[in-house]
Amino acid sequence: MAQMNMLEAIRDAMRVELKRDENVLIFGEDAGKVGGVFRVTEGLQEEFGEDRVFDTPLAESAIAGMAVGMGLQGFRPIAEIQFVGFIYEALDQMFIQAARMRYRSGGRYNSPIVFRTPFGGGVKAAELHTDSLEGLAVQTPGIKVVIPSNPYDAKGLMISAIRDNDPVFFMEHLNLYRAFKADVPEGEYTIEIGKANVVREGSDVTIIAYGMMVHTAVKAADELEKQGIKAEVIDLRSLVPLDIDTLVASIQKTNRAIVVQEAQKTSGVAAEVIAQINEKAILHLEAPVLRVAGPDTVYPFAQIEDTWLPTPARIVAAAQKVINF
Amino acid sequence: MSKLPYEVQTEPVTPMSVLSLDGEVVNPDLLPELTDEQLKEVMYRMVFTRTWDERAVNLGRQGRLGFYAPVSGQEASMIGSEYALNKDDFICPGYRDMPQLVWHGLPMYQAFLYSRGHQAGGQIPEDVHVLMPQIIIGAQVLHATGVAMAFKKKGEKRVAITYTGDGGSSEGDFYEGLNFAGVYKLPAIYVVQNNGYAITTPYSKQTAALSVAHKAVAAGIKGVQVDGMDVLAVIKAVRDAAERGRNGEGATLIELLTYRFRPHSMADDTTKYRTKDEEAEWSLKDPLIRFGKYLEKKGLWSEEDTNRVKEEAKATVNENIKKAEAVEKMTVAGLIDTMFETTPKYLEEQKADFQ
Repeated sequence: MAQMNMLEAIRDAMRVELKRDENVLIFGEDAGKVGGVFRVTEGLQEEFGEDRVFDTPLAESAIAGMAVGMGLQGFRPIAEIQFVGFIYEALDQMFIQAARMRYRSGGRYNSPIVFRTPFGGGVKAAELHTDSLEGLAVQTPGIKVVIPSNPYDAKGLMISAIRDNDPVFFMEHLNLYRAFKADVPEGEYTIEIGKANVVREGSDVTIIAYGMMVHTAVKAADELEKQGIKAEVIDLRSLVPLDIDTLVASIQKTNRAIVVQEAQKTSGVAAEVIAQINEKAILHLEAPVLRVAGPDTVYPFAQIEDTWLPTPARIVAAAQKVINF
Repeated sequence: MSKLPYEVQTEPVTPMSVLSLDGEVVNPDLLPELTDEQLKEVMYRMVFTRTWDERAVNLGRQGRLGFYAPVSGQEASMIGSEYALNKDDFICPGYRDMPQLVWHGLPMYQAFLYSRGHQAGGQIPEDVHVLMPQIIIGAQVLHATGVAMAFKKKGEKRVAITYTGDGGSSEGDFYEGLNFAGVYKLPAIYVVQNNGYAITTPYSKQTAALSVAHKAVAAGIKGVQVDGMDVLAVIKAVRDAAERGRNGEGATLIELLTYRFRPHSMADDTTKYRTKDEEAEWSLKDPLIRFGKYLEKKGLWSEEDTNRVKEEAKATVNENIKKAEAVEKMTVAGLIDTMFETTPKYLEEQKADFQ
C-alpha cells in the first residue's frame, strides 16, 4: 500500500498498464517529455521510451483521430486532451468516429481508447479549462464516461478504462489532483465501470454526486449530521453506464434524494438521474428529487467561481427542503 | 516579379500524364511496369465499375439502394490508385470510394448493404483491410494517419491510404492529418480526387492555393499533381508514394485531377452549376476511352471485350443486390448490441421496448 494523491494514482494506473501491455500508448500535447501540464504522465516517457509516450503537434482532432486509426490496428491509445474545453475541437473524432466504430462495422472494429482530460472548477484557471462537459458525452451513444473522486477509485477505474474495448471518456477533476493522499494498492486492481459507491451511509436523504461534488456533498452531510439528519452520499463514479440500482436501493431506504452536479442545471446528468429515479423508484419517494447545480450560464472562470459552484450550504438547504416537503 | 529572400517561394505545378487523349504514350519514363495481363485487368476493372455504377444509379431510382454517390468519370483515379496497392495496405475511404473497397476485397453485396443502411455492410472480412466510408468530410484523413502510425510503430511494410475530394481539402482534419504525417514521417498516402466540385461549389471557391498538391508544402511532405483521368499516371504516382512510405521516406499528398460525369448523388442537378461545354470537354478525357485506345493499339482489348465485361458486371451486380436484399433486416435489439462490447444493463432493458 502506498500513499498517493489522485494524480499519482492515475499515473500509477497508466504505468501498470504500460508495463503489462505493449499495445498501450500515451500521447497528447506536452504529454511526453514533461509529462503533461499537470505532470500526470511525468516520468513515463523516461521509463517506457518515446515510442510509447510521446508529444503530439497541437491539434486535438488529430490526437483523437489518430487514436481511432491506431485502435484499428491493435493499439490501446490513451489520448490526452490537455484541457476539457479543447474537446470541442475533437468532438467529431471522439463522439462520432470513435464512438460509432463498433456500430458502423457491425462489431468488426472497435475503439479501445481512453480519452483523458482534466476538468472542473475552483482552481482559478483560464476560460474553458474548467468547464464540466460530461453532459455532452452522456448524450452520445457508444462512449463510456468515468469521473473518479479519489485516488483509490481513480487507479482502479483507469486500469478498467484502459482494458475496456470501447472508448472511455475519463474526466479528471483538477481540484482533486493534489487535494489529498490516500491508500492505493501497489500493482494492478480494477474497479468495474458502471458501479456507484456508497461513500457514507445514512437513512434520511440520499445525496448523489460525482467528481469534486462528492467531497462537497460529504461536507454537507457533516453539517446535516449536526442537525440530526443522516445523509447517505453516493459517488456515481461512472455516468455511462449509470448505476441506477445502487441509487434505487438507497432511495428505498431514505425515500428522499438530491443530485449534485457542478455542470449547468438544465438537461444534465442530474436531470437524467432524476428521470431514472422516477422510472424505477417513484413509489418510494416522499418528496421531489431536487438538483443542486451551476446556473445555466457560461462557466465564469476565476472571478466568481466559488459562489457559482454548488456549496455545502446549498446542498444542506436542498436536503432540508426535501426533508421538510 | 521576383520574390524577396524572406518570402516563401512556390511555383505552379504541371500535372503528370503518361497517355495522350489518343492513348499514345507521351511520357515513356513514367510508364508503370505492368504485364499485359495486368493492363487487361485494369481495363476490366474500369469497364466493370462503369457498368456497376450505371446499374447502381438505376437501383437507386428503383428504391433498392439508399445513399449512393456515382463514380463514372473517376474510374482511373479510383481503380488505378487501388491497383497500385498491396493487398494488406489499408484504405480509409470517403463516401464516393466504394470501388476501391470492392477491388480491395470487400464483397459487393456488403457495399449494397451499406447503402441500404444495414450494419452487416460494415462487417469487413478479416482479410480485407479497409474501413467503410464515413460521412463527416475529411475525418477519415486522421484515421489513415493513425493506421500509418500503427504500421510504423509495428515496423510493418504497409501503407495507409485515404481519399477525400477538393472540398475535403478545405477541412481542418485534412491539414491536421498532413501535418502529423510530416512530423512523424508516416507511411501514408493522402489522395485528393479533385473533381472540380464539392457538391455544387466549384474548386475556385475552395482554395486560393496554386493547387491542392501545394498544400503538402506546409506539412513538409511530398506533394504531386496527377492527371486523374489517366490510369497509368495514377498507378505510377501511387506506386511511387507507396514505395516511399514502405522505405520510411514519409507521406505523399496526391492530387488527382478528375471529373464525375454524373451528379454528386442521386439528388442534385448538374445543369444548375456546370456548363454543357465543360462536361463535353471532360468527356473527351474519359479514362475508359483513353486507356482503351492504348490497349487496342497493343492488341490487348477490343469492343467485344468491353461488351463481355459489361454483361458480366450486370450479372454480378444483379446477383449481389439480390444477396443484399435477402439478408435479414436489422433489429433494434441487434443494433443495441453493437453499442458496446458487452451490452450494459440499461441498454438490455431498452431492448424490451422493441420486442
